[in-house]
Amino acid sequence: MDLRSILATDCGSTTTKAILIELVDGEYRLQVRGEAPTTVEAPFEDVTKGVLNAVGEVEELSGRKLLDGENILTPQNGDEGVDIYVSTSSAGGGLQMMVAGVVKSMTGESAERAALGAGSIVMDVLASNDGRMPHQKIQRIRQLRPDMILLSGGIDGGTTKHVVELAEILHAANPKPRLGKDYKLPVIYAGNNKAQGEIMKTLAEMTDLTIVNNIRPVLERENLTPSRDKIHDLFMEHVMQQAPGYKKLMSWTDAPIMPTPGAVGSLIEMIAKQENITVVGVDIGGATTDIFSVFQEQFNRTVSANLGMSYSVCNVLAEAGMENVLRWVQFDIDEIDLNNRIGNKMIRPTTVPQSMEELMMEQAIAREALRLSFIQHKAFAVNLKGIQKERTISDAFEQSESGLSLVNMIELDLLVGSGGVMSHAPRREQSARMLIDAFLPEGITQLAVDSIFMMPQLGVLANIDKEDLKEDARKAAVEVFEKDCLIRLGTCISPVGKIKPNMTVLTAEFVLPDGKSEHCIVKAGELLRIKVPYEPLKATLTPGRGLDIGAGKGEPIETTVFGGVVGLLLDGRGRPFMLPESKTERISSLQKWSTATNEYPNIHPG
Amino acid sequence: MAHAYTPGLKVLQEVKVVKERRLPLKGDVVVKSGQTVSPEDIVATTDLPGNVRMVNVANLLNIDAPDIREVMLLKEGDAVQENGLLAETKGIFGMFKSQANSLIDGTIEAISDVTGQVTLREAPIPVEIDAYVSGVVKEVFPEEGVTVETDAVFIQGIFGIGGENRGSLEVVVESREDELTVDIITADHAGKILVGGSFISLEAYKKALSMNVAGVVAGGFNYHDLEDVLGYTLGVAITGSEDLAASLIITEGYGNIRMGLRTFDLLREHNGKFASVNGATQIRAGVIRPEIVIPLSPDELKSDHKEIDSSKGIQAGSIVRVIRAPYFGRMGKVVSLPAELGKMESETMVRVAEVEIDHETIVVPRANLEMLETD
Repeated sequence: MDLRSILATDCGSTTTKAILIELVDGEYRLQVRGEAPTTVEAPFEDVTKGVLNAVGEVEELSGRKLLDGENILTPQNGDEGVDIYVSTSSAGGGLQMMVAGVVKSMTGESAERAALGAGSIVMDVLASNDGRMPHQKIQRIRQLRPDMILLSGGIDGGTTKHVVELAEILHAANPKPRLGKDYKLPVIYAGNNKAQGEIMKTLAEMTDLTIVNNIRPVLERENLTPSRDKIHDLFMEHVMQQAPGYKKLMSWTDAPIMPTPGAVGSLIEMIAKQENITVVGVDIGGATTDIFSVFQEQFNRTVSANLGMSYSVCNVLAEAGMENVLRWVQFDIDEIDLNNRIGNKMIRPTTVPQSMEELMMEQAIAREALRLSFIQHKAFAVNLKGIQKERTISDAFEQSESGLSLVNMIELDLLVGSGGVMSHAPRREQSARMLIDAFLPEGITQLAVDSIFMMPQLGVLANIDKEDLKEDARKAAVEVFEKDCLIRLGTCISPVGKIKPNMTVLTAEFVLPDGKSEHCIVKAGELLRIKVPYEPLKATLTPGRGLDIGAGKGEPIETTVFGGVVGLLLDGRGRPFMLPESKTERISSLQKWSTATNEYPNIHPG
Repeated sequence: MAHAYTPGLKVLQEVKVVKERRLPLKGDVVVKSGQTVSPEDIVATTDLPGNVRMVNVANLLNIDAPDIREVMLLKEGDAVQENGLLAETKGIFGMFKSQANSLIDGTIEAISDVTGQVTLREAPIPVEIDAYVSGVVKEVFPEEGVTVETDAVFIQGIFGIGGENRGSLEVVVESREDELTVDIITADHAGKILVGGSFISLEAYKKALSMNVAGVVAGGFNYHDLEDVLGYTLGVAITGSEDLAASLIITEGYGNIRMGLRTFDLLREHNGKFASVNGATQIRAGVIRPEIVIPLSPDELKSDHKEIDSSKGIQAGSIVRVIRAPYFGRMGKVVSLPAELGKMESETMVRVAEVEIDHETIVVPRANLEMLETD
């Protein structure tokens, strides 16, 4: 079947977003998008109402008939309908899981990685060595009411005692699912195969138990795919069946509904593989911030469950501290007033910044939410722990150990931002600045934002596995991602190392698209912008003494860099980055960087 | 968005309030449909399974887990007492016996010959659900709970702390601009629900707690001071389980903001009446707002009362409240809803509304308006 048109929705916790993709002159392109409030909650309690409203807006804007009463017209017939309809969902709190493993930093962490990779929020990680007494664990399980539990522990053929002990704790807690009173809680067992019989005996009657291959069959290897796939299946079969209106929605879609972050993650993983690059992607939402990364061909995702821009904005303040939020604010503000304003954003989460002052405060908080989420991500995205490495004589001087973070900023090729505060920032320069200040990219890093947050829909599209659709759907996802989804902001060039006042941090020579060359000298503490569009530019970059741009200390690089809607950003503020301590100097520096990057031109004109 | 719907806060002078009173687990409903109930009447009861403790008998007695049944003195289902003997080894010639004792009063739930653990369960925990408001039992869900219906004044706040409470209303300020200050609160206010105007300070709320006031309703409170009351920083607005003698309901938001005129007038109109309040707030999926319910007697009901239809959302003529700076807290009437997007000072392009406030027309993002659902 030739795929001519695709309708895709993402049912978020507050908004349902629909996009229409069409094949135009042999190329898949985004045509229009529409959105409507999600209707999982009262008074509607039927997710399909919001879907129909969002599709209705697409219908209005595209002038193409897509709905026949309360049905989506498939397949396309002439100018009416679409060939396929797909959807993702994070409405109603998304997929909430609890995971368990014998050793917290080994099977516990592998189980957490599998659950996060499948797109769930991990409410807690239980482990035999987590320091809690059995009765405390039992109380915790009872309190949480997860949608699903993933139980792992032990390598295949190893000792069974500890993992059976965890099963006994689950049995004693008799956990109840969050949604639906009359069904058993789904439990996936992905642990030591020798313990399967005992696990069945302990949990089969009380829970809806499924057994899959061990998540850690041997210490040196993780096997996450069977657990991830089973989580997706159970999400569809159980959790979604309990959410209002989802049965109907599932009957409409041409592929299984995926949890939103699962879809985004799989798209990022696919792009990194296809282009052979390292990627960090971030989606900063109202309640949570998701970070995805691919380094050394390993995919990792973390959810910072309470770091977001509205529902959990006060938690950002609590975790970062007022001082850290204030350090990004370019004007004087009373602390109690700032506290109350942030509190009011939490209790009225859907409001938008009307005044420039409000926007600047929101973007200051976003920097901290992103920074904290990235710290959590770096701590989680690590080599497998507990592995003994064979060492040769050449390793004798290199103290590499297991459990080291995979995230190496100087190796990072592409940093992608998405979520309201990123995608809807009035100026792309603001998005670029938030990404740079929060993630502090090192060396040469391309920056991009998801234009309208359509990565979830493209992710589910890329995952269609029906044989006759698979190839076209994947092609559509990649083409739309490249041409319509990503807004290429430009490239950040930041030498790494301690800088001294007045030193030359970077000397750069670029050959611009018009053939002219541009010579720049970046001094300590400067942030410069060169306006060039998204085109390849030849660059010769020489870092200052003792600084590294990717080839080693003081070593120059000849390479190709890309401009973008913002251009090239030459960051001479040093890594590690330090803001001036005195308030006057700090505000003056912030204003200088704003002016240089055209961040708030109405306040600080360039 | 084509079908924007901004749910507002309800300030209703007469409405049928239906409260669901459900048990956390299945149990017994002890009232009948049609029965008249008072707030403190119990409508349903159940027993929550008791807490669980685990004793690793195999470890304690230094035996292999599969041999556990040989040393157990009791079996599954048997009652145990705290420090009572659970298991004992044979020892050597009847000497040097090792023993394992129970940690709690309860029953033996499971004995595992894989791990050597014995699971002990404490006695069930009784749970009772009361009616919360005076009214009539409308619907009975067998083994699960009931709904209680009452004709009442119904006012929602924006944020609250503390759970359900009740008492007679006492408006203790002259106007909605006035602060509820420390000196106003006295021992005579014990068990009452106090209504202030624009603000209650931390000191005043603490005084209310010490005077055993049942509830406080005010326009605003400082977000920063919540930490002092709760003992932790409130990162996400999910409340209701705090153990506080006086539930706090704020009607406008954080800061010093005069109470909405209709809210204040309605509370003043019912000064002295008995009310039920609940500070529980959940600002996430499944929004829960704090509330004040003042049941009305049949002779107080107005025959010409009209139900409101708020399902159409904000329209020209709607009474709205601005919920973000720079016009935060001000109320006005929507003049028009222009179709085209408007550019704000922040350069954000948004759907806007023209709102008349104090004879002046201002442009505000629609997302920053909250409809006041009044009747």
